[in-house]
Amino acid sequence: MSEPIHNFTAKVPTWSPYVTPVDLETATPEQLKAMKVTPSNTGFSRYVLTLAHDPESLEVRSPLFNLIMYGKDGLSSAERELGAVGASVVNRCVYCAAVHASRFIGITRRTDVIETIFADEREARLPPRDQALFDFATKLSTTPVEVGADDAKALTDAGLSELEQLDLVLSAALFGWANRLMHTLGEPRASTPP
Amino acid sequence: MTTLIETFAGVPAGSKLADALKMRTEILRLSEAAHDALLLPRDPGGLSHALRAALAARMCRHVGNDALAGHYDSYLAHTGDLDVAPLAHPVGTCGEPRLDAVARHADLLTIAPRAATRQHIERLKAAGVSEPDIVRLAELAAFVNYQLRVVAGLKVLKGVQ
Repeated sequence: MSEPIHNFTAKVPTWSPYVTPVDLETATPEQLKAMKVTPSNTGFSRYVLTLAHDPESLEVRSPLFNLIMYGKDGLSSAERELGAVGASVVNRCVYCAAVHASRFIGITRRTDVIETIFADEREARLPPRDQALFDFATKLSTTPVEVGADDAKALTDAGLSELEQLDLVLSAALFGWANRLMHTLGEPRASTPP
Repeated sequence: MTTLIETFAGVPAGSKLADALKMRTEILRLSEAAHDALLLPRDPGGLSHALRAALAARMCRHVGNDALAGHYDSYLAHTGDLDVAPLAHPVGTCGEPRLDAVARHADLLTIAPRAATRQHIERLKAAGVSEPDIVRLAELAAFVNYQLRVVAGLKVLKGVQ
């Protein structure tokens, strides 16, 4: 089995759970129903099979995830991904950070932004609009929550509409959820374990 | 129907932020459905409705939202389960090793999720927490932290309008 990955990377690793995933052969009808829609649409990943232990929440979470991250209008997809990366840096979810950094790069081709964030984390210095988004997302992700009026004003000053600001809150908060699953129920590994 | 997020964020009707929320009604509806699935599930497994309410209140107190903690206190009171009631407070214990281990893990997931390791899951297993309950607990803690952050973010945005 490959070694766990502890450093941020934009190369998407595999995810290895600490608990035994649900076995499709013995899954209940409710578990099978809940697994039908997945955020990444990659079928029955080990992550989805792990979350299938709680089918009632999985069934709601998948469509909610898709609407917050891939909904039309409002904040651009790339900037929702930046919000997800900000939360994932605070919570040190290396897997989520990799997936959403790679999506940010896929949309924008701006590898420099991700390299700076992975090197300097919350100290990263970015172009003004990126900085306002990233700082708001990271400060919303800490416990206790650090975000305040100055951070909200920075979003307005950077030109974000109310709807875009709302979408940033939702995408960063959603990764307060996703990170608490992905980083605490398993770990990223360089290749598929046997 | 007004959702919990709207109630606890207190966004004034007619404001631009309220208009933005109207564009996201399906997200608010699904967030409320997630609340119901995690606080009042049809199949609670080894995490009773009372325990879930107590843990949710505890996590809200960690993050400093006493109003939302009060919402979960009322759920807990409704169950009439006095045994888990001490767990609604940030350092409370109930003397039952499995439940106290669950509460400690909820603390970790709220305060320092970045510090979570395989060992924390092994400790839960050693305390008698089943694998499905470990996943249920992570979903509960993750959802409550999401809800707390949506409310906190909306309150900050509301404040500068």
